[in-house]
Amino acid sequence: MKINIKRDSVVEYDIDAEGSTLLELLNRIKTELDPSLSYSSGCRSSVCGSCAVRANGKEVLACSYHAKDGDLIEPLKNSEVMRDLVVDMDKAYGFNAKAKAWQSSITENVLLSHEDEKRNELQSDCILCGSCYSACPVYAVNSEFLGPFALTRVWRYVSDKREQNPKEKMDVIQTNGVWDCTLCNECTLVCPQEISSKADIEKLRARSAMLGYSDPSFASFGGGFGFDGSPQF
Amino acid sequence: MKNRVIVIGGGGAGLVAALSAHESGAEVVVITKEYPTRSQTCMAQGGINAALSNVEEDSVELHVENTLKSAHGLANEDAVRFLCQSAPDVVLWLDSIGVPFSRTKENKIAQRKLGGAYAARACYAQDYTGLKILHTLYDRCMAEGIEILNERYLLDFIICSDKQKPYVSGVSVLNIRSGEVEIHEAQSVIVATGGYSRVFHKHSTNSVASSGDGIAAAVRAGARLSDMEFIQFHPTALKNSSVLISESARGAGGYLLNSKGERFTNELSPRDEVARAINDEIAKGGDVFLDIRHLGTEFIENELPQEAKLAKLYENIDPVHELIPIKPSAHYTMGGIEVDENSSTCINGLFAVGECASHRVHGANRLGGNSLLELVVFGKLSGDRAAKYAMSVDKTTEISENKNIFQEKIAEIKRYTNEINFYEKQRDLGELFYLHVGIKREKKSLYSVLDKVRETRALLPKMGVSDKTKEYNTNLREFLEFKNMLEISELILISAIGRDESRGAHFRVDAPHADKKFEAHTIIDKEGALSYEN
Repeated sequence: MKINIKRDSVVEYDIDAEGSTLLELLNRIKTELDPSLSYSSGCRSSVCGSCAVRANGKEVLACSYHAKDGDLIEPLKNSEVMRDLVVDMDKAYGFNAKAKAWQSSITENVLLSHEDEKRNELQSDCILCGSCYSACPVYAVNSEFLGPFALTRVWRYVSDKREQNPKEKMDVIQTNGVWDCTLCNECTLVCPQEISSKADIEKLRARSAMLGYSDPSFASFGGGFGFDGSPQF
Repeated sequence: MKNRVIVIGGGGAGLVAALSAHESGAEVVVITKEYPTRSQTCMAQGGINAALSNVEEDSVELHVENTLKSAHGLANEDAVRFLCQSAPDVVLWLDSIGVPFSRTKENKIAQRKLGGAYAARACYAQDYTGLKILHTLYDRCMAEGIEILNERYLLDFIICSDKQKPYVSGVSVLNIRSGEVEIHEAQSVIVATGGYSRVFHKHSTNSVASSGDGIAAAVRAGARLSDMEFIQFHPTALKNSSVLISESARGAGGYLLNSKGERFTNELSPRDEVARAINDEIAKGGDVFLDIRHLGTEFIENELPQEAKLAKLYENIDPVHELIPIKPSAHYTMGGIEVDENSSTCINGLFAVGECASHRVHGANRLGGNSLLELVVFGKLSGDRAAKYAMSVDKTTEISENKNIFQEKIAEIKRYTNEINFYEKQRDLGELFYLHVGIKREKKSLYSVLDKVRETRALLPKMGVSDKTKEYNTNLREFLEFKNMLEISELILISAIGRDESRGAHFRVDAPHADKKFEAHTIIDKEGALSYEN
């Protein structure tokens, strides 16, 4: 089968590998045909988040995607390409720090129930593969947007009873944060862990509103506007 | 720069060590060849042991007893006691920094029973215990402002000497992105680079990064290695890909079947026994399958969704209706860099922790749930000791001239003739190891593999890289990893040849019983000189 890989230009490789995962196929190209091909991989079982790429425009984990004849494989978007399918994730991961996505202090002896556990179980499944970050269209207009995975991570911590200062966490995500999201849902569609950052951002918005924050783009219009553009009072 | 601690490796052990050294007042830098969250720790599923008695009666004593039994006489009881006694505190610490453990109805941290344990002792976070611990540690490092340098590949530790006593003064690393050699100076260096299961190449459940880089560099620097022949095989990895199918599938009632469709062993025996039973079936020319069909669609969908997904993806079978083809695969390496009760190697300032180190708590066979525990307990200890050592050293050593030496070494590798594809040799090595240095070993074949490894090492100048690019050269990184694995392979083989007995994960067909005189740790140095010490 033929597979097209975006390097400096698109390169077509012809390899007999029906039924393989994309990662197995990349491994064969590298070890048998062209050792210069660069890509990242690790666990082969979808938990390390190393091997996210785009297949025909959609973000996938190479280790869990079955390659098909004629596929076009490209690196993730919104991050600088280091080489071939490898992107530099430093800036992307840096948004976790900018969003202060951690528990603000060490908290002992807080009892959590089964329900408390379920509140952020899904969000803490995140593997930081960067698929959502690549799919997010907001970066075309705001390169400082905290972004889907960092905001999901903030939700993980503010929704936890061990967080002693949730207000401070919420303050941080008002700028380049929850209100900059267009709720387009692209992040949800590509998440290999079935996390919806869009839904998490909506929850963070609701919580922001409870703290007296509002969407800054509407605030200058007095009462602001609803989603259909009608004024709200 | 003074009071500086460098941690090599960004997995669980490295991050705990970094946090601990930071807390003890050192200036800390973590250097990793990937990114921290991509480390092997994320693959740990089962849990972290601590005698909390949250689910049923348990005690530190029982935990000690189970660990010692599993170790087959090769663990240090004081070290094991320290591990087990510290366990409840470190789990509470993980809880205090936000690890989202699963909970019981009584609002306590949930615990489950793993193989070899007399009580439900493993604290878990669904099937993502390692992932969630690793990510929470990473977030904690961000909160503390710990500097992390990603995508730097360890070349060597830089060792100086003071009145003939060696001490570490920094590290040389290859910045994978720029292709430049970097020299980083520090008073203390903590090695936290993980195990060496990838010597078995495709017959390992591990991440492709588990190539033992830190162990190889440590032994080159003059550190000693301990118990390298003890390698744990997980009984149930998928046949074609070696992707792990968790023990929970058997715990829930899954059967092991041979080609005739018959059960042939007690599925819940210790890992080494089950692995040997499966190995025997395969050696007879048969296949072995994991059968979970009788557990029912609903149960499989709810309780074993990962397993079902992986079986479909890699074996193209639906475990609700079909048998899952499996084989044992290299899973965890008990051996590693010899350290003392302060996690220190025999080189001043050089510490080691996690799977790359041998704290003498696993002995001949690691107990499930003790590896995550080990990395937190000894991570804390090593970080503190490394910080204190760094603060006690008042000198800095000028080591920047080393850059040229290492740059020349890289240039030399790029001049290797590349007549032989090293990837093929790497595959061959994995096959040989799986056949002869795996679950069952025999002296004569161990010797023949040793010859083969030495031959391959001699051929290295005919291998090398075809990609001569400076920036982001993964062909070069993989060659350096292969070189490290070859060095380690030789030491594993010498250790396995020397141990004329069977104990835990080391099973010698020609010496099938344990021998009292080998109730001691194998110690080996870079020359391959063996000794046995307790």
